[in-house]
Amino acid sequence: MRPILMKGHERPLTFLKYNREGDLLLSCAKDHTPTVWFADDGQRLGTYRGHNGAVWCCDVSHDSTRLVTGSADQSVKLWDVQTGTQLYSFNFNSPARSVDFSVGDKLVIITTDPFMGNPSTIQVKRIAEDPEDQTSDSVLTIKGPQGRINRAVWGPLNKTIISAGEDSIIRIWDSETGRLLKESDKESGHQKTISSLCMFTDKSHFLTGSADKSAKLWDTRSLTLLKTYQMDRPVNAVAISPLLDHVVIGGGQEAVNVTMTDRRAGKFEAKFYHKILQDEIGGVKGHFGPINALAFNPDGRSFSSGGEDGYVRLHHFDPDYFSIRM
Amino acid sequence: MAAAAVLSMSEIENKAMNLGIDLSTIVFDNVVLPPGDDFGITSDDEDILHEEVAPEFETGYGNVIVVDNLPVVSPEKFAKLEGVIRKIYSQTGVIKEGGLWMPVNPDTNMTLGYCFIEFNTAQEAKEAKEKTDGYKLDKSHIFIVDMFDDIERYMNVPEEWTPAEIKPYEAGDHLQHWLTDEKARDQFVIRAGIVTEIFWNDARQLRPDPVYQYQYWIDNFVQWSPLGTYLATVHRQGAIVWGGKSTFNHIHRFPHNQVKHIDFSPGERFLVTYSSQEPSNPRDTHRVVLNIFDLRTGKLMRDFKGSVDDFTTGGSGGLSGISWPIFKWGGGNEDKYFARIGKNAIYVYETETFILVDKKSYKVDNVGDFSWSPTDSILALFVLELGGGNQPARVSLVQMPGKVELRQKNLFSVSDCKMYWQSNGEYLAVKVDRYTKTKKSTYTGFELFRIKERDIPIEVLELDNKNDKIIAFAWEPKGHRFAVIHGDGPRPDVSFYSMKTGGITARVSKLTTLKAKQANALYWSPAGRFIVLAGLKGFNGQLEFYNVDDLETMATGEHFMCTDIEWDPTGRYVATAVTLVHVMENGFHIWSFNGKLLYRIPKDHFFQFQWRPHPQSLLSSEKEEEISRNLRKYSKKYEAEDQDVSLALSEQNRKKRRVLQEEWETWTARWKQYHEEERELRLQLRDGEPSDDEGSQEQYEAKEVEAEEVLDVHEEIVD
Repeated sequence: MRPILMKGHERPLTFLKYNREGDLLLSCAKDHTPTVWFADDGQRLGTYRGHNGAVWCCDVSHDSTRLVTGSADQSVKLWDVQTGTQLYSFNFNSPARSVDFSVGDKLVIITTDPFMGNPSTIQVKRIAEDPEDQTSDSVLTIKGPQGRINRAVWGPLNKTIISAGEDSIIRIWDSETGRLLKESDKESGHQKTISSLCMFTDKSHFLTGSADKSAKLWDTRSLTLLKTYQMDRPVNAVAISPLLDHVVIGGGQEAVNVTMTDRRAGKFEAKFYHKILQDEIGGVKGHFGPINALAFNPDGRSFSSGGEDGYVRLHHFDPDYFSIRM
Repeated sequence: MAAAAVLSMSEIENKAMNLGIDLSTIVFDNVVLPPGDDFGITSDDEDILHEEVAPEFETGYGNVIVVDNLPVVSPEKFAKLEGVIRKIYSQTGVIKEGGLWMPVNPDTNMTLGYCFIEFNTAQEAKEAKEKTDGYKLDKSHIFIVDMFDDIERYMNVPEEWTPAEIKPYEAGDHLQHWLTDEKARDQFVIRAGIVTEIFWNDARQLRPDPVYQYQYWIDNFVQWSPLGTYLATVHRQGAIVWGGKSTFNHIHRFPHNQVKHIDFSPGERFLVTYSSQEPSNPRDTHRVVLNIFDLRTGKLMRDFKGSVDDFTTGGSGGLSGISWPIFKWGGGNEDKYFARIGKNAIYVYETETFILVDKKSYKVDNVGDFSWSPTDSILALFVLELGGGNQPARVSLVQMPGKVELRQKNLFSVSDCKMYWQSNGEYLAVKVDRYTKTKKSTYTGFELFRIKERDIPIEVLELDNKNDKIIAFAWEPKGHRFAVIHGDGPRPDVSFYSMKTGGITARVSKLTTLKAKQANALYWSPAGRFIVLAGLKGFNGQLEFYNVDDLETMATGEHFMCTDIEWDPTGRYVATAVTLVHVMENGFHIWSFNGKLLYRIPKDHFFQFQWRPHPQSLLSSEKEEEISRNLRKYSKKYEAEDQDVSLALSEQNRKKRRVLQEEWETWTARWKQYHEEERELRLQLRDGEPSDDEGSQEQYEAKEVEAEEVLDVHEEIVD
């Protein structure tokens, strides 16, 4: 498996997203320009210029026409994927951390950070069919959780919103009323900041990664803890294979703790675990810094990782990957 | 704390049931026992409280001493005697104004032969008592000094002697029970975070098997006794020694406030505890206290108090602070002697009486270092050069008792010496650093003493390149070989030497040299033959498992950032650990003797790993030889067991996997069902667009279309 090294970002990567067909890969980084790449050979296709701060998260619509990006410049922008033109900008008074399109792409969840006395929020905005009609009104605003909300995503049928963040608790909200429906158990749940959350394609279960050096698999409907994957490093990024019963978990020591003597000290590998047996399958080395973002191609035959080192590494699996027997 | 001594919870529940009390309605924290009555329930922490320093008696006479056995004098000589006393006691402290009172018999006008002295502070009074008790004024007048507060206590001593109550004999716990483990496993203790745990090393199951665990157990550290019988935990108030069959129970407490270090005697007869009090005022002396306890009775045998300077003199290093252990034990496992080094003298004490051997210190001018033979009562001394090289440095071997010099060797232009005993006391290697002629650099050689041979022959060994720096030296335990890491470059060499080559008059000879190794530490297996060449610190934890019999490398490995390495007492396993010296990677790995990684356990805030030592084998050397000759016969049984275990393990594993798989399938079945049910609704959300994530992937065909699109046209005039 020879990775394709995609150089283009000048600052650490923050997020990676494939479109539904799996032919495009969208990357966000702390430099201000989200970038789109060919997911097959890693050629750079274009950039989306307009943000004035680190871009934390993005999502692409079902038909790959619309892109939404959330940035530390306190705005969430809507783009035309093909031309790279900015269609609309939602402005906030604090940095936007995560964005997620609903099924049908008519709604988007945006989370904003606590900032200058403002608490963190989860907001739902309606996306107009014609960008001309777009308004910045929120359909729903949820406040409550302490600290940053690192990720909020839609549950099945857009009925629920699942959020996770610095207070290490996963919450399920009613997307109509904003009522809190469920909270994860403090004992069995994460003990430190939840850094990432990845929904399985059919939205039946999701994976969370945390600074407590573990990743956990949860049932989306009941919020029961299904599996725990124990790591020896803080987890920054997680992804679930759509094809095999595998999960990939990445992370590494925080920059302040990294010893300068050796690359191995930081454990900047992407680790594969068997989703059901919770056993480690293997690791993919290469990054020079912690892994901040991971994504599987929807066909499950390749995955990409984005690191603090500013590189995106695109890996196409070897044939023997598909014949791993546990 | 001690679970075994207290009623178990189930017993309490039963009792409550009998009395018709609902336990759940009682808040135990609110229960107050009448003072002085504990209903036979020993409190968890009460006995610790008792061991806090006894409160000082506030009689107000703490600063008064009574000096007895003074001469009885007439009024004419009264002033003279008073002057003498005042002179003696002014040296130790400030006597209060009018604080010296010598009572006079009103009938005879003669003094009564005693006086009272009041000092400014109780501390001074105590010091005066210590210093002048037994002071010889003249032949017939030897002072007897007591604290005034003590007099009353002495008055209350009953006249009649009542025999001490003899407690019925209670069979003690089987302290060596762990040695009888059916699977012949070994134990180890680890300390990580606030938790201290003891495990069996279950190498067959490839995991540690917990024995005992306690949270908030230790304030400072834990330590096994040298034969593994006890586990000592060191707290602020003192050391506690634990042991027992299945759980770890208190054996004894050894109160010693602010204890910093402890040390067991090699035969487990005594425990030495040490504390030092940093003075708050830099002009005050830095005082240290050493206590020696009898381990089995818990009795304090002797204490040593003094300023830290008394205990740091001598030694090669001019470092501030002490080098632990201060007392080195001699006489093998019988713990006959202990000794410490002082200025121009070695203080050797006997454990029979706890006083100096021959009642005086052993004067050795300019002594720099000393060590005991691990098995015999032989002291090895290193004496530094005297008089600017007029009197050469020397190493001498001295037999105790009697202080007979067995052997001596003079050494010239020595900069430093280090002594290494072989574990059976058969050989002593002295590493000598000498100055070159220019005195600008040093080179190293070895003096090898054969202790058990007639006249103790000495051989001089120099390395092939005598300018090589010696990085590490280690004797093979119970063996006749040693290993040296030497070299100057980033990749030093490792050489092995044998003391047993060349027929009857044995000579030392080199076995082999391994070139350019990433190693800076040597760890012999306690059974000999195998050695781990380890590259700690700068080498990032490189490990090489080497067989010295066959002179071949068995395996190489790495435990990244490894800080500590320890063989288990049988030489079957090696533990490598990363302790809190590094912030990251904390935890330990267990390897087989031949370098196979068996399992690894990550632990955050990992402080300590220690194998439980073994007492000496009871087998005679003939028996051991017989076993090793017929190893095949003996090993058969264990091999069969090994196989059974591994079969059972894989069976267990298979079962577990099947269960997990089945569980998962029930979940996915339910999810699929939900997904089907919601299909219609999803289609609605997508405005009837059929392409959901399901089943539509094969329907599209990839076509390559080349399209050109003009985004922008610029016209620029080029001049």
